[in-house]
Amino acid sequence: MNAPTKIETTLKDWETDQEVRWCPGCGDYAILKAVQRTLPQIGADPANTVFISGIGCSSRFPYYIESYGFHTIHGRAPTFATGAKLANPDLDVWIVTGDGDGMSIGGNHTMHLLRRNLDCQIMLFNNEIYGLTKGQYSPTSRVGTTSPTTPAGSIDRPAQPCAFALGSGARFVARGFDVSKNLPDVLIAAHAHKGAAFIEIFQNCIVYNKDVFDDFAAPKGAEDRQLWLEHGQPMLFGSEKTGGVKGITLNHVTCGLEVVDVVDGDWEAANVLVHDKANRLIAHMLVEMPFGPFPMALGVLYDDPRPSYETEVVAENARLAAGKEPNLAALLAKGQTWTVE
Amino acid sequence: MASTAAGNPDTTLPVSNPEAVVVRFAGDSGDGMQLTGGQFTLSTALAGNDLATFPDFPAEIRAPQGTLFGVSAFQINFGSTEVDTAGDAPDVLVAMNPAALKVNLPQLKPTGLVIVDTGEFTKRNLDKAHYETNPLEDGTLAPYDVLALNISEMTLEAVKPFGLGKKEALRCKNMWTLGLALWMFDRDRKPLHDWLKGKFAKLPEIADANIAALDAGHAYGETAELAGPLQQVHMDPVPSKPGLYRTITGSEAVALGLVAGARLLRLPMFFGGYPITPASAILHHLAKLKEFNVTTFQAEDEIAAICSAIGASWAGSLGVTSSSGPGIALKGEAMGLAIMTELPLVIVNSQRGGPSTGLPTKTEQSDLYQAVYGRNGDAPMPVIAARSPGDVFECAIEACRIAVDYMTPVMLLTDGYIANASEPWKVPDPESFERAPVEFLTEKNAVDAEGNPVLLPYKRDEKGARPWIKPGTPGLMHRIGGIEKDALTGNISYDPDNHQVMTDARHDKVSGVSLPDQEVEVGEAGGKLALVGWGSTFGPIHQAVRRARKKGLDVSHIHVRHLWPLPGNLGELLKGYDKVLVPEMNAGQFKTVLRDQYLVDAQPVTKTTGQPFTIAELEAAIEEALG
Repeated sequence: MNAPTKIETTLKDWETDQEVRWCPGCGDYAILKAVQRTLPQIGADPANTVFISGIGCSSRFPYYIESYGFHTIHGRAPTFATGAKLANPDLDVWIVTGDGDGMSIGGNHTMHLLRRNLDCQIMLFNNEIYGLTKGQYSPTSRVGTTSPTTPAGSIDRPAQPCAFALGSGARFVARGFDVSKNLPDVLIAAHAHKGAAFIEIFQNCIVYNKDVFDDFAAPKGAEDRQLWLEHGQPMLFGSEKTGGVKGITLNHVTCGLEVVDVVDGDWEAANVLVHDKANRLIAHMLVEMPFGPFPMALGVLYDDPRPSYETEVVAENARLAAGKEPNLAALLAKGQTWTVE
Repeated sequence: MASTAAGNPDTTLPVSNPEAVVVRFAGDSGDGMQLTGGQFTLSTALAGNDLATFPDFPAEIRAPQGTLFGVSAFQINFGSTEVDTAGDAPDVLVAMNPAALKVNLPQLKPTGLVIVDTGEFTKRNLDKAHYETNPLEDGTLAPYDVLALNISEMTLEAVKPFGLGKKEALRCKNMWTLGLALWMFDRDRKPLHDWLKGKFAKLPEIADANIAALDAGHAYGETAELAGPLQQVHMDPVPSKPGLYRTITGSEAVALGLVAGARLLRLPMFFGGYPITPASAILHHLAKLKEFNVTTFQAEDEIAAICSAIGASWAGSLGVTSSSGPGIALKGEAMGLAIMTELPLVIVNSQRGGPSTGLPTKTEQSDLYQAVYGRNGDAPMPVIAARSPGDVFECAIEACRIAVDYMTPVMLLTDGYIANASEPWKVPDPESFERAPVEFLTEKNAVDAEGNPVLLPYKRDEKGARPWIKPGTPGLMHRIGGIEKDALTGNISYDPDNHQVMTDARHDKVSGVSLPDQEVEVGEAGGKLALVGWGSTFGPIHQAVRRARKKGLDVSHIHVRHLWPLPGNLGELLKGYDKVLVPEMNAGQFKTVLRDQYLVDAQPVTKTTGQPFTIAELEAAIEEALG
């Protein structure tokens, strides 16, 4: 967030003259379009918008958005974003990263960006694989992922980006996926949040990890497998057509979430939770909610702003500078001096 | 309570106007020796003597008390003529405990004066210092003048009226010692009184106790002189250029130089840093200068520190980062990006002993290769080395200027010695550095075939520099990055010929940086021998060459500030000497650069003990080369 004046643009205004070079059918295309749809909706100003990325397939993103773009080095996009935003707090900063870039080589920076709460949007494209280096397993790959570096299947347990983000102090955590029609709404909510907004976007790598998200992202059966969270609305999924409406409730004995059947639409009788986006405790449960026994939690999981880092830095700099004359001659002659005649 | 001269009766301190005296204060790292040295330095400066200092302290913050590895020392060389080294061997050693005596005695001049606190020479402390017998009694000190005083007891006595606990009272020992030193060199106590009152403004009884200790030490000197063993030394002030003076350390000078550099360019400064010895002090200084449009950012690591600075430069600030060798190594990839994206950046490297963690608190010049060559790809970058604390100021301004004029990262090399040492500094007039503000590109800078205005982010000016375009500028949206770019549009280009063009452009831009011709510091342009130095070896080389020339030897001193690119005339200049010696505190790095660039038979004089060269070492090297 931070467009002082809203600008009228169309999707076309956000396209560059560069040939898009992702593999045909890559989920990145859908995300690019979703972003190019979102930017006119939020009234973004191309001159004031910056896209900063690290290294990887997703990090080519800035070349395809007609704004200021900086394709930096592996894992470090959050640090360039921090410097740029501190130097010019009026910039509207978008960070594009991936599961390898943001959770592996750059995990440290992701953590510190979130705890500082720099005002920006962080889109982490999670395809659970290293695409640009030809298919090695990534920190978010599921156990047993076969890849050139794990011919017998991977052993290490995957990182959970949203749980990591929340644990790092994020004040906005959301999830979406590449071809979802809801993705622009998630991005609009992220942009409206003043502070660091973390969005995990599941993205289909059709070459090295094809359809790995199909178990919840495929259109068929989506209603039963996706829980789209909406503030103030009950956490419901499924439908009468597909075997019944279900809801998420809190078991007060185990202090854990449970799936319950909702009979005749009476979700209150079933004690279904109403999503409160500012409830950090429930947010912790939602980001950890295992897919399989539960649906995939999507949408804005958590949104509770706190003062953003650059705002506080600017205020602190002003406070420390208040009443002091920036007199270079006086500064150079500070301390005990003596004069030679 | 004061015993006296146990050894050599001949005092070595010339009491009337000696040319220079070297005093070394040594004690436990908790004894406040750096503070004592710092205040003695200030009083020396106020007395108008020239000086150079050498703080020498352990990496441990509070090493176990009384141990050999916990000894902290501060050496100062001051004189009535020009001084530019911290001195070879001390004339006076103040040893606050047995460990300090053991570690520092070997450096003391034969027949030098030792002042010891006998109160600390207990069995326990002697054991900790691995002394089997008491050196005050076993003849160890026979070659020296000795002033053995129970400083601990006299301090306790002096501060009794203030009701401090014993531990707190003993903390005033360093002020007692300083008081004695002030008397010995006939110094004014008032600035110290003022300083103590300011420092302990909130704890007036501590201020009073310290002042009482200081005065008691001073009074002891007066009394002792009457009794015989000690005499006051009078030293004339140095005739220096008229003007306003202060003392300055290299770290302060970096901070001030950067502030001045950014202001002369009319740019806000962004400083991204991560704590590392001995570079942290720069961040400490700048954090207090927010009114100069300085933003400081303590990053999560060295990489974040440099990358945030590059991000800030991209957004239109002057990005600066600083570190020491191991941190600079981490920043290497990001420097490559700054070279590739051609953004201004200043990187300050306060070198320390290496490799790896090496010797964090000791000085070395072993990052020259790292500075000049230490990146992947053909990645040329200007490198400037400062010779002394005061010189850092000008070098920092120059680094800012080159970074912005040529749209390039610039590395400024200092070292642990320069960072911590202080020297008198003639306060410059900021007006004398005046310069035009930076111009950002605000409109498209070319036209296409149809005559429509277009933006070419990599179109170069006559210096080979591309324009600086701030995000936020309407109509100039474009993308930059670390992938090779088209020579004009900046778009990704894998074209082989374009990569050749861009590699050449980056090389030519840096090698074409406009530099002043190399001058000869001392001696002639040509002759039998040149000593070619860079960085903090200036002092010892300068003095050694001066002394050798006084003896009639044909030797000159050349000191190089611009290590990359090298000054245009340096190759020809070096060819005018029969022999070229390159003294440096590494295994011979600059020697190799000179051989490579000029095919000159440069011979190394190297030292990597963590201590600066002594003048005597270099005099010996000169004599050997000419012998």
